[in-house]
Amino acid sequence: MAKVTLTIDGKTVQAEEGSTVLEAASAADIDIPTLCYAKDLEPYGGCRMCIVKVEGIRGMPPSCTTRVAEGMKVTTEDDEILQARRMVLRLLMADHPSDCLSCPANLECELQALTKKLGVREHGLIHLDRQATLDESHPVFIRDMKRCILCAKCVRTCNEVVGAGAIGLINRGHRAEPAPFLGTGIKFSNCESCGECVEHCPTGALYYREPGPEPDYEVSTICPYCGTGCGLVLGVNKGKVIRAKGDPDNPINQGHLCVKGRFGSYEFVNHPDRLKTPLVRKDGELVEASWDEALDLVVQRFKESKGDKFAALASAKEPNEDNYIMQKFARAVMKTNSVDHCARLCHASTVAGLAASFGSGAMTNSIEDMEQAEVVLVTGSNTTENHPIIGNRLRHAIDKGTKLILFDPRDIPLAGKAVIWCRQRPGTDVAWINGLMHVIIEEGLADLDYVRERCEGFEAVEELVKSYTPERVSKITGVPAQDLVEAAKLYASGKPATIIYSMGITQHTTGTDNVKSLANLAMLCGNMGKPGGGVNPLRGQNNVQGACDVGGLPNVYSGYQKVTDPAARKKFEEAWHTDLPAEAGLTITEILEAAEKGEVKALYIMGENPMLSDPDVTHVEKALKATEFLVVQDIFLTETARLADVVLPAVTFAERDGTFTNTERRVQRLHQVIPPLSGCRKDWEIICDIATRMGYPMSYESESEIQDEIAELTPSYGGITYDRLDRGDQLAWPCPTKDHPGTPILHTKKFTRGKGKFFAIEYISADELPDKDFPMVLTTGRILEHFHTGTMTRKSKSLHALVPGPYVEIHPADARHYKIRDGEKVRVSSRRGSIELIAKVGRVDRGLIFIPFHFFEAAANVLTNPAVDPVAKIPEYKVCAARLEKSA
Amino acid sequence: MTEKILTARFEKPDSYRLSSYVEDGGYEALKKALSKTPDEIIDIVKAAGLRGRGGAGFPAGVKWSFVPKESEKPKYLCVNGDEGEPGTFKDRYIMELDPHAIIEGAAIASYAFGAHVAYIYIRGEFKLPIERVENALAEARQAGFLGANILDSGYDLDIWVHPGAGAYVCGEETALIESNEGHRGMPRIKPPFPAIVGLFGGPTVVNNIETLSYVPHIINKGPEWFAAMGPEKNGGTKLFGVSGHVKRPGLYELRMGTPLRKIIYEVCGGMRGDKELKAVIPGGSSTPILTPGEIDVNMDYDSLAKIGTMFGSGAIIVIEEGTCIPRLAARLAKFYAHESCGQCTPCREGVPWIAKILDRVENGMGLPGDLDQVLKICDNIQGKTICPLGDACAMPIRAMIVKFRAEFERHVEEGGCPFGPTPTPWDSES
Repeated sequence: MAKVTLTIDGKTVQAEEGSTVLEAASAADIDIPTLCYAKDLEPYGGCRMCIVKVEGIRGMPPSCTTRVAEGMKVTTEDDEILQARRMVLRLLMADHPSDCLSCPANLECELQALTKKLGVREHGLIHLDRQATLDESHPVFIRDMKRCILCAKCVRTCNEVVGAGAIGLINRGHRAEPAPFLGTGIKFSNCESCGECVEHCPTGALYYREPGPEPDYEVSTICPYCGTGCGLVLGVNKGKVIRAKGDPDNPINQGHLCVKGRFGSYEFVNHPDRLKTPLVRKDGELVEASWDEALDLVVQRFKESKGDKFAALASAKEPNEDNYIMQKFARAVMKTNSVDHCARLCHASTVAGLAASFGSGAMTNSIEDMEQAEVVLVTGSNTTENHPIIGNRLRHAIDKGTKLILFDPRDIPLAGKAVIWCRQRPGTDVAWINGLMHVIIEEGLADLDYVRERCEGFEAVEELVKSYTPERVSKITGVPAQDLVEAAKLYASGKPATIIYSMGITQHTTGTDNVKSLANLAMLCGNMGKPGGGVNPLRGQNNVQGACDVGGLPNVYSGYQKVTDPAARKKFEEAWHTDLPAEAGLTITEILEAAEKGEVKALYIMGENPMLSDPDVTHVEKALKATEFLVVQDIFLTETARLADVVLPAVTFAERDGTFTNTERRVQRLHQVIPPLSGCRKDWEIICDIATRMGYPMSYESESEIQDEIAELTPSYGGITYDRLDRGDQLAWPCPTKDHPGTPILHTKKFTRGKGKFFAIEYISADELPDKDFPMVLTTGRILEHFHTGTMTRKSKSLHALVPGPYVEIHPADARHYKIRDGEKVRVSSRRGSIELIAKVGRVDRGLIFIPFHFFEAAANVLTNPAVDPVAKIPEYKVCAARLEKSA
Repeated sequence: MTEKILTARFEKPDSYRLSSYVEDGGYEALKKALSKTPDEIIDIVKAAGLRGRGGAGFPAGVKWSFVPKESEKPKYLCVNGDEGEPGTFKDRYIMELDPHAIIEGAAIASYAFGAHVAYIYIRGEFKLPIERVENALAEARQAGFLGANILDSGYDLDIWVHPGAGAYVCGEETALIESNEGHRGMPRIKPPFPAIVGLFGGPTVVNNIETLSYVPHIINKGPEWFAAMGPEKNGGTKLFGVSGHVKRPGLYELRMGTPLRKIIYEVCGGMRGDKELKAVIPGGSSTPILTPGEIDVNMDYDSLAKIGTMFGSGAIIVIEEGTCIPRLAARLAKFYAHESCGQCTPCREGVPWIAKILDRVENGMGLPGDLDQVLKICDNIQGKTICPLGDACAMPIRAMIVKFRAEFERHVEEGGCPFGPTPTPWDSES
């Protein structure tokens, strides 16, 4: 960027061309007062506080909208400027309430601060209170518009940054105010409750119902929810975490947060229900026990269950270090490879599919990179609800011109932003992807040079998709043929185009096929290995990528080194000074089956809750009850922990150091915010203690030391150290050496496996289709306000207030057919069970119902089909046959 | 005495129909223009000295020449038919009685700077003008004067009507563009100017209805003919809408530079009931008021600027003796307070305060210091807002207080209005 030289208040200043006078002044430590300016928003020029004088320009232009120019002479303050600024303040004060002492923004109010700074005590006009709206509809924050100074930051952030567009300005002149559509309560709008508007409000017009005290100190760390990996700054007061703000230095969220990050990330940390002492089952009851008593019992029983009699579940919620230690414990101490975790249930098919097609089973490009795409194909990802910050950035890109193609049977928030929105029947993904390839090849839009040079196996695909004409695909998928043709042309027109997908693609018995088909499509158009291209699975949990990377899987050690590969095994045997089992272990679904049969006698679960997360939970319950010795290590007494023989209290993410690897393979540093709650221990410390007591000494000074061991044994993590992360290095694996900058985009020169492999895949229908007895298709998933099994989010007061309980989404026509009204209680049944919950009319397609799986009282997974993908063993959460009826 | 260019066809039966327009030589200018290069057209319009008739008086040809020749994004023409300035009623006549002149002018302008889509933004309350322009567009499309490959020239253009929703600020060009895009009518920050980044992000020219209606005549009769009709840099005729206390109020087409005294006392037949003249607002409600001593001025952009007021939209409001100026000021301020969009603090908060204070002055509850307070607020509006709406209130109010201060002070001192309940030209509701 070229620099220009200008003079501000007689001081010579260099500034980037295109920057504003305000930015240039601020960089030169010259303070210009503002009210409507915010670093992350487009200049608004409304408040007129930041006016300056520029030689040669008439009047007083606002410095926030005036761009710097070579030789410009700026005066930021003189009597006239001060007088004009004071008049702005007087005018604002004249109809602003003067009840500062009882105002929620007292002492934090920017208007108050400026009146003091500029010495404005009287406004000289007759005071009139604004006649304005008081909106108390929202459970978390209040909108009191009589304190509004119309800086429009709330409106701008909701539109520009969040992209929700829940509020705009209504009315005009001095009656203008920010309001949701039609001026009704914000709760009834498409507000996403992220709180960005409240954060931006300079006065007390927007405030949280429970503002909380000022923090004594703040620590930056990483959000424990989805795989986006947003930076958090947690505030601590008297030893308790009391608030979360977005970390402005984090490249992903740049200071912004979603509703879960803002409220849900800390409200559970100091919850009174936290486990604070080990529990041991005595006479059928879980009773409090000392650590020694509990661990002695664990050690004794584990010693009896070595080898195939033991299995462990690592955790996609836990940091890399703990997952590494857990798999090391299973393999080195318990002599079994049966260690798995819930990645099996979300992206096992991604790992299997993309590894087969490209050679690495992870997101190929970075989140930031997505904004460079001309066209984005989103399928099976309700991005704005499940990865809200990525969703926001996507909406931002769309506003700047990126075109969106959406394949999703539900009317998700992104549907309104799509150029083409196709509602495929659940479970028909291979068909429409083949259909798109058919059109692209027929129309001559394929990048055949790329295909020839970089890929293999194309001929079979070319042959296969010939029969997938738009007409035939339309019959299978229910998507109009014309839409398929247009979607294909639009995707092919994107130079580059990217694909974003999530569990709508993976959680099928054809999950691996679905993933490989998307890989085919991306290669066909030459979109791999390029900025703005790629195939990007959004990972659902904070560290699901990391838990896989460090070996929380039954067939691989860390870095996806196969346990069946003698060389890899030898390497780990030498490093761990012990012999290791040669056979691959059981997957999570297989572990439960084996437990039910009595083959697995001891099961060690760390931070997972299969009683809600796994399909057909009635069956899961049976299996867990059949397990002779169940140890659950968690922060709350989860539905799974209630069945345990020993419960070990662990710490939350806020009480420890560590690393999470986010969805784009970037390793990020957790920092301890508060000391561990009395009685709780870090997961890796507990495991090391058990191992040591079992005669295999494991001891580490800190998480950093564990990471060093991971780096030593894991080529892709080889260059990642705490020192580098603490320095601010943004390291996406592969990062093999200490001077390697990380790899934000994979497969740039060649695919990890050499050539990209095309797979010719025929469409196969879902395992269980609707019939006379179960005429509806049930699909499950997450919602914006809750996460996974609700262990953390349902302990959050704010999130609970927003969505207190379970519901089922029904199409209006189906609702009419079943005579069900919005808000009524209904019964949903499948071949495996039946639940009762509230009906919510809207959003889904006809014949389809959707149930979020967060709620134990009406667990969606009572209904789901445990049939699995033959390769990845992922269950088909997204399709099963169900029956809907009005509750008696 | 009166020169008829735009109004020449107004009194013909069916003047708004295509058949009648073509009979009078309509669309010949478009034919001629399409045989010339775009640059030639721009040069002709520049040489004619055609200045924007919406109020600002910016030379139309120069405006077109600001549009980059090459543009990745489509270029657009927006025709401003919002006509919201109180006192103004000229564009409405053209839209109702000669809509094809607008379309032909718009087509020539679009051709000149390379737009293929144009919008005519019409004030939402104008039901008949919207209907007439829509019909005319349909006729023009049918006849091949619009659409693909116009008159076999290889040039494509379509024009659409976009009705406004009733906001004065949408007469400001960037607010008009926002509204035309379907957004709330709020002005944009400049730069970038519309010629570079305008409608839907493309280079855009916004021209007034009247301005464009002259263009076919300029093409037909040449720039010299047009330029010769007015003083230097003020070419052509102008539609003057005269309202208020004259014998014959109405719309008059007169040469640029016609003396104001002549318009009041000759063209309009003098003061109603031969009363004394008290004041004149020369160019629509936002232009500073003139006293009887100032009416020996020629009605053109430069002459009016010289005496501290503005030519504006050519809406002359004549005010007779016995009219209460503070009441006029209060009513005017109320209008602007209602029309402020709410973005800039000085306008949003300041203008309502001017209105409130003037209202209490008029109603006998004014306080000592009130007038200075109003002047101070005016000072802090003028030149300190994004668009000129704030100025449009501050400038005329300041002029009224400065020129009629004694009358305002009398209201404060006497605790009431010395004129009693005399209605002002605006005061239709009382």
